[in-house]
Amino acid sequence: MYATSYHRASSVGEAVNLRSSQEEGRYISGGMTLIATMKQRLAAPSNLIDLRHIGELKGISVEGRAVRIGAATPHADVAGSAALRAVCPAICNLAGMIGDPHVRHMGTIGGSVANNDPAADYPSAVLALNATVITDRREIAADDFFVGMFETALEEAEMITAIRFEAPERAGYAKFANPASRYALTGVFVAKFTSGVRVAVTGAGANGVFRVPEMEAALAASWSPESVAGVSVDPGMLMSDMHATSEYRANLVRVMAKRAVQAS
Amino acid sequence: MGMEGIGARVARKEDKRFLTGKGRYTDDMIVPGMKFAYFVRSPHAHARITGIDVSAAKAMPGVIDVLDGKQLQADGIGNLICGWMIHSKDGSPMKMGAWRPLAVDTVRYVGDAVAIVVADTAAEARDAAEAVVVDYDELPAVTTSLAALGEGAPQIHPEAPGNLIFDWQIGDGAATDAAIASAAHVTEIEIHNNRLSPNPMEPRATLGIYDSAEDHFTCYTTSQNPHVARLVMSAFYNVAPENKLRVIAPDVGGGFGSKIYIYPEEIVCLWASKKTGVPVKWTSDRTEAFLTDAHGRDHVSKVKMAFDKDHRIIGLKVDTIANLGAYMSLFSSAVPTYLYATLLSGQYAIPAIHANVRTVYTNTVPVDAYRGAGRPEATYLLERTMETAARELGISPAELRRKNFIRSFPYQTPVIMNYDAGDYEASLSAAMQAADWDGFPARRAQSEARGKKRGIGMSCYIEACGIAPSQAVGSLGAGVGLWESAEVRVNAVGTIEVLTGSHSHGQGHETTFAQLVADRLGVPIASVNIVHGDTDKVQMGMGTYGSRSGAVGMSAIVKALDKVEMKAKKIAAHLMEADESDIVIENGELKVAGTDKSLPWFQVALAAYTAHNLPAGMEPGLKEGAFYDPSNFTFPAGCYIAEVEVDPETGKTEILQFVAADDFGNIINPLIVEGQVHGGLAQGIGQALLEEVRYDEATGQILTASYMDYAMPRADDLPSFTLSHQNTPCPGNPLGIKGCGEAGAIGSPPALINAITDAIGINDLTMPATPLKVWSALQGSSMRMAAE
Amino acid sequence: MAKVTLTVNGRTMSGECDDRTLLVHFIREKLGLTGTHVGCDTTQCGACVVHMDGRSVKSCSILAVQASGSTVTTIEGIAAQGELHPVQAAFNQHHGLQCGFCTPGMVMTAVDMIARHGGALDEATVRHELEGNICRCTGYHNIVKAVLSANEEMHGAARQAAE
Repeated sequence: MYATSYHRASSVGEAVNLRSSQEEGRYISGGMTLIATMKQRLAAPSNLIDLRHIGELKGISVEGRAVRIGAATPHADVAGSAALRAVCPAICNLAGMIGDPHVRHMGTIGGSVANNDPAADYPSAVLALNATVITDRREIAADDFFVGMFETALEEAEMITAIRFEAPERAGYAKFANPASRYALTGVFVAKFTSGVRVAVTGAGANGVFRVPEMEAALAASWSPESVAGVSVDPGMLMSDMHATSEYRANLVRVMAKRAVQAS
Repeated sequence: MGMEGIGARVARKEDKRFLTGKGRYTDDMIVPGMKFAYFVRSPHAHARITGIDVSAAKAMPGVIDVLDGKQLQADGIGNLICGWMIHSKDGSPMKMGAWRPLAVDTVRYVGDAVAIVVADTAAEARDAAEAVVVDYDELPAVTTSLAALGEGAPQIHPEAPGNLIFDWQIGDGAATDAAIASAAHVTEIEIHNNRLSPNPMEPRATLGIYDSAEDHFTCYTTSQNPHVARLVMSAFYNVAPENKLRVIAPDVGGGFGSKIYIYPEEIVCLWASKKTGVPVKWTSDRTEAFLTDAHGRDHVSKVKMAFDKDHRIIGLKVDTIANLGAYMSLFSSAVPTYLYATLLSGQYAIPAIHANVRTVYTNTVPVDAYRGAGRPEATYLLERTMETAARELGISPAELRRKNFIRSFPYQTPVIMNYDAGDYEASLSAAMQAADWDGFPARRAQSEARGKKRGIGMSCYIEACGIAPSQAVGSLGAGVGLWESAEVRVNAVGTIEVLTGSHSHGQGHETTFAQLVADRLGVPIASVNIVHGDTDKVQMGMGTYGSRSGAVGMSAIVKALDKVEMKAKKIAAHLMEADESDIVIENGELKVAGTDKSLPWFQVALAAYTAHNLPAGMEPGLKEGAFYDPSNFTFPAGCYIAEVEVDPETGKTEILQFVAADDFGNIINPLIVEGQVHGGLAQGIGQALLEEVRYDEATGQILTASYMDYAMPRADDLPSFTLSHQNTPCPGNPLGIKGCGEAGAIGSPPALINAITDAIGINDLTMPATPLKVWSALQGSSMRMAAE
Repeated sequence: MAKVTLTVNGRTMSGECDDRTLLVHFIREKLGLTGTHVGCDTTQCGACVVHMDGRSVKSCSILAVQASGSTVTTIEGIAAQGELHPVQAAFNQHHGLQCGFCTPGMVMTAVDMIARHGGALDEATVRHELEGNICRCTGYHNIVKAVLSANEEMHGAARQAAE
């Protein structure tokens, strides 16, 4: 890793100030992606602003069906939250599939969403749950948040403070892991609301996480695995690499969508 | 057997230090004044070096020096060697290109070392390495063996025209061709054996220490055979004479073959320590390990197996091309020849065999022995061919194998090996029973009802271990003898130190070797210490690889113990005024048979050292050494059965059961032997389902240089295994041991692929059978069916 | 340079290091606790697992400065000198280690796993929970056995104590 300077923030305001006043700064939360990237010298922020010690960024609140997850809440806490599991078990299950137990103890929902890795699990949940991304300065709808691979609507120095959503009637997540990295080769999150159905796919899209309107329509008509079994996704919009061709990913989108509905 | 003797399931003595964080690996070594190295490596697969500018790097913070290949050459450090001479069938010696520890004019694979930076910290060394400016003229690269042999392929070494290293053969070509011509049925198949990275969890590391006052070098290194490392570094690399070079391989975190070899880094760090005047430590990271640790396998073969009308094999013809990478590593030439083609008879009586092997240079990491080394390639080829033949002939795979088993011993194969003992039927029957082979159709129906495809497959393997008779391997081209040494030192208080040339890096020698002593002398294993891994302590040894430490290393200990016992009996007879021939050793005592006279072991030991009352003319002390040179290879064999379920929607394979029935001859410690099998199976299953080193064929860049892309077997990829042992003792060594370290990796890949191809009903499938590959195969077949 | 203060295995320890120094290197090189290992560069192998503030973490993917102020337990600190923790004893009894390099991370993982599951462990759960720890020697067979056996031992002991 290249040399860097570390700053520990104790409040959101302090963190944003530090970030704004430092050259080439990056926020670091759990650091489960950023530190690995820095070790490989693929990222070289001169300054790191640590968010892990900001109390106001942590914790899960469930009021009725309104859910709010603080940005610095580790995956393990999301996976293990009984209150959350009571209203939206799918997101708990998803959190329990991220990385491994040690990664889940450090990695956070805010960090994952802000990084928007095309193979990360959380973006599919945020998009399918029609969540609101709350930052230090505004609220961003999920549909507007994810711009492309590793790209989001976040401005320079803008920080995610929480993710908020209404728990759906039903939801499910199914993931097919990359045999090597265990990241999502394809992950599909399905969510059924009174207002309609949302289906979001991670790991597969050439432009990052995306929704599948045809599947949403089919599931809105009938919430069953068979509804999505016949819906195909255009391989032309999917990634292709040595682990999975775009045709294989297109197949996995369909199969994982089916299994996500089954799991709901 | 006693509670701790041969055959006892003793928990390992060495575990406590590993379990409490007190293991001492090379990277744990800290010496005063120690500095850190980072290697500047080629980013190109093939290029000419036109200039190296180290001035900016030398000015970086913490940098002590930056050294390159020209300086190394000027100091007379030699090129890396290959220790086994192979002659082509036209009689010409193998064509070996120069491998310089630091490249001077040409780099030949991504990762080829170009310069070394020594700095105060590892991070500063790496920072400065980025500031070394190397000018390259890029050359076209080639990564596959077939392409390297093609017209107009890039020429990698001037010494090897057309990149061909040797074109070698074994067996009787004419007889084999005649058998094929007269056959009732010929099974033809092309076999690919995928390229693997051994991946011991401890990355390689080395610490070079030069002492100018003594003009003496010490090398801590992650080695399976420190003595061979010293020999080679002295005799060929001109690092230092043997008496001025101490090599220590402390705790070593796994090897699997990859730590047999002497790599450029050991040599360069020792040399750099002398140049800079500071101890120099280098520790590989995982990416460097993928880029520089010798890879394994990478064969492409064409096979013809001929059968008579009764389904008896009458001939086997094999044409293999082996990719040896950019340079010839230490034992690279032996692996695809004498460790491979000599095993092509398998467990079967085959009257005519011919194999042709071509080895080629490519712009890839050098390829050498990896767990099994040649024998997995032979087994995979044979057992895939047998399975294919059974399917073509419409008979059961077990019946075809049974019909062709060798059933009387000794058996001389047409490819050098003389099998001394075995009972292949016993392992086959045991495996089929354990797997409930007969109940498979019902289980398959259950899977089908759940939309899954279930398959079962077997593999009957044989290997040649305990390498090896020195005279025999010498006549075949080996540069060293493959005996082993041992010294048994009985201390004055009766405790015992056993010095061995074998090296334990996970095998549990500190326990099993002590069990042997306990068995012989009746002393507790707690009073026996095993000393290994240090050239200053142990005189000379050949190290641990090829499942040889039991069959060869322990046989040397037996010989030394024989001498110790003989002397102890003489002393005891003298002290008890009995006849030497009446003395027996039991439960830690020397007794006069048939009387109540006895002396405890420690008292005899003490007598040897006080020397107050020894037989006339006897030298004081109780310490004996021995060298053991085996008379033959050993031939472990067995039968493995895999049962799998394939998810046709995703192509993912789940292993439902894996049964291993092995004949390792006599077993010292079943707990440890089982562990060896488990680990071997995991590696074999990894090869079959998950692992493959891949290159971009256009650029020669390695695509699988971390665990993000190279799929290592994890706990949830594997089942618990079902093991059993059959025992036909090896007649060739005093303990009847055959060896167990590699069997799992040798026998398992074909069982898996036979099971998966059985499940999906498609025989054409290469390793690793990834979900993508299996799903694609299923798509292809469903498309074909739709078209028909 | 930063000053890092940690409570490691019950003792408060301080040291100076670069901001970029990883926790694992701080533990190994500044504190001399070399039982914690580095086996990969990509947060996957788990040879570096320690407990930080009571949770298992990969010390190769945390800066020492990030950890400053926390309580860390390493493989050297889970049992009294000369004794074995029940997990360590089970690894020995069931031959759950060979070369020993991944072992400290495996043991620290198992201790955390057993604590989190409150005794409710089966083979499938153990295998899933070991996703972040790679062993190249054992094929995991005996590691799984050892974890289940230690779980039984510790859970049984806790049950007895409660009665």
